[in-house]
Amino acid sequence: MSDAQVLEKLTGQQKYDFKNPEDFVFRAQKGLSREVVEQISTMKREPQWMLDFRLKALAHYEKRAIPTWGPDVTSLNLDDIYYYVKPTEGQEKSWDDVPEDIKDTFEKLGIPEAEQKFLSGVGAQYESEMVYHSILEHLEEQGVLFLSIEDGLRKHPDLFREYFGTVIPIEDNKFAALNGAVWSGGSFVYIPKGVKVDLPLQAYFRLNVANIGQFERTLIIADEDSQVHYVEGCTAPTYTTDALHSGVIEIVVKRGARVRYSTIQNWSKNVYNLVTQRAKVYGNGTMEWVDSNLGSKVTMKYPSCYLMEPGAHGEILSMAFAGNDQIQDAGGKMVHFAPHTSSKITSKSISQGNGQASYRGLVKVHKGAYDVNNSVVCDALLLSENSRTDTFPYVEIEEDDVSIGHEASVSKVGEEQLFYLKSRGLSEEEATSMVVSGFIEPLVKELPMEYAVEMNRLIQLQMEGSIG
Amino acid sequence: MSGLTIKNLHVSIEGKEILKGVNLEIKKGEIHAIMGPNGTGKSTLAYAMMGHPSYEITEGEIIFEGQNIVEMATDERSRLGLFLAFQYPVAIPGVTVANFLRTALNARRRAKNPEDKGISILDFRKMLKEKMDLLQMDHAFAGRYLNEGFSGGEKKRAEILQMATLKPSIAFLDETDSGLDIDALRIVSEGVNALADENLGVVVITHYQRLLNHIKPNYVHIMFDGRIVESGGPELALRLEELGYDWVREKYKEVVAA
Repeated sequence: MSDAQVLEKLTGQQKYDFKNPEDFVFRAQKGLSREVVEQISTMKREPQWMLDFRLKALAHYEKRAIPTWGPDVTSLNLDDIYYYVKPTEGQEKSWDDVPEDIKDTFEKLGIPEAEQKFLSGVGAQYESEMVYHSILEHLEEQGVLFLSIEDGLRKHPDLFREYFGTVIPIEDNKFAALNGAVWSGGSFVYIPKGVKVDLPLQAYFRLNVANIGQFERTLIIADEDSQVHYVEGCTAPTYTTDALHSGVIEIVVKRGARVRYSTIQNWSKNVYNLVTQRAKVYGNGTMEWVDSNLGSKVTMKYPSCYLMEPGAHGEILSMAFAGNDQIQDAGGKMVHFAPHTSSKITSKSISQGNGQASYRGLVKVHKGAYDVNNSVVCDALLLSENSRTDTFPYVEIEEDDVSIGHEASVSKVGEEQLFYLKSRGLSEEEATSMVVSGFIEPLVKELPMEYAVEMNRLIQLQMEGSIG
Repeated sequence: MSGLTIKNLHVSIEGKEILKGVNLEIKKGEIHAIMGPNGTGKSTLAYAMMGHPSYEITEGEIIFEGQNIVEMATDERSRLGLFLAFQYPVAIPGVTVANFLRTALNARRRAKNPEDKGISILDFRKMLKEKMDLLQMDHAFAGRYLNEGFSGGEKKRAEILQMATLKPSIAFLDETDSGLDIDALRIVSEGVNALADENLGVVVITHYQRLLNHIKPNYVHIMFDGRIVESGGPELALRLEELGYDWVREKYKEVVAA
């Protein structure tokens, strides 16, 4: 495919996403109903089976109660939310409406103005796709599919249908059901057998992140012996006026394949971030979640691995930073269905001001899954007297021959550490942020370089209390 | 030549008075040794110089670079040119020696000039390698997490490496000889000697004479019960080596009792 053709394809896609006015004649209307779901499906010109899927999900969503075992989400008014895509949002919103603290953070991160507007959902156009052109072409030659989820459904209906909803069924939880009913945006990725993608695939090429939307849905299929690192999110605050983000990420790791999924979550602090992420891992496959949560008002997020066949291995590296008025309820789930499987969860949480960070995790070993190894390590760092950390490790074991380890530590940034660093000329702030960046170093070093640099910068800003 | 002047310094920890009127003057270019039995306030003096929050100065002055620094924050004292090599340096997990030193160095440069962009990575690496060679340290050391899993000798060398990098004008070395074998002691001492020039005043705090075989002081002070009770030249240290501290206890116990 020539550059011109790729470009045409891309602009065509943009047109579909943003510009085509006849697709988007709906009037603003809050709340969820059968009509809204049908409209979404019609707008996306979906096949009947997808509409049926959405309606079934809606029915389940309506039946399920809001979960009460975690952070309190009762102040989330589910009737006060727009459930359909608003592709013209950019034209409706004004730069003046973007809160000052968000703008301030953009400035401090050194993001150019055009990009700032885009990230705030104010400008709907961007030019950066060109940069990634050759990368896209290279991937295409290898047979890699990296498309919007909508394009995935349209262009590869059979492959899509074979896996969609198989890792996270709509009955999984209330918010996964909600996503099933109203999903929009997200990525569809397929890596063919034996193909190793050497560059990290960045969701929506990073700049497009603001358009991922509230109810994104991503499906990644890594065929046998393939390898990919997928990066989602962006260190810049993702500003939205909508109070709920409820995504679903499904990953299929086939035999011998290796997938790493890295997230940098920095939603603005008005957002309830309730996400379901799961991978099914087959024989000798490896799934690694690198999950960092910095933003949002309340986050509930527990990436999980279902270890389906012998030799499957899962890892979760979870980091949460809970600043003032934030609740980060993060962790992970490892479910061992097969013998000779192993898993590891490492959780690092930081609480500042009156922030609350929790580790909530499940390790489950099903009957017949013998010779299983698991370790869980949770470290929490408290930066203030009012901050809080909790650990909720759930363990369910139905087999004898298993090795399960759990270690947890809580530390305060020590007076002696601060004194030592200050005695070398670092201010209190610089000293604290150095201790914090050291604490999260094991996670940050797993991120691609540019993210790692920005992540450290972001933590510093957060320490200065200047983050929106 | 300016330096550090301590006048009638009284310091308490949790209401208990440890230093009971210390007077001391250190000029740049001089090497002082403060010796004395354990528990007489030597380390307290070092911590109080650096402004540790648990050490309350109840009376007296510390004049450094022409100003009384008693109320000055720890980091400001450091940037003004004061340094303390800790007896027990704390570990900072996840922060490499190089990253830490570069941050500390840049904090100093910014304090002098807010517009400073910081030292370039290349210049910094070159400088750090030179200092590490001086202390016979493996260059890989720069990539290790600060004081984490360091041996006693490595910790002390890391302290001297920091001193070499930050270039203070007055440095307190608190029991830098403790936990060192004879080779490490020699290397650390050589490092200190190489750094000690007319721009640096050094105060060596030690319980034993053996460090002073390697670092030759101009002045020796004996501390007892929160005061400096004897001051003299190197011969005073030799006298302690020969006679121990008993004569000091004998001579000054009346003061204690009084």
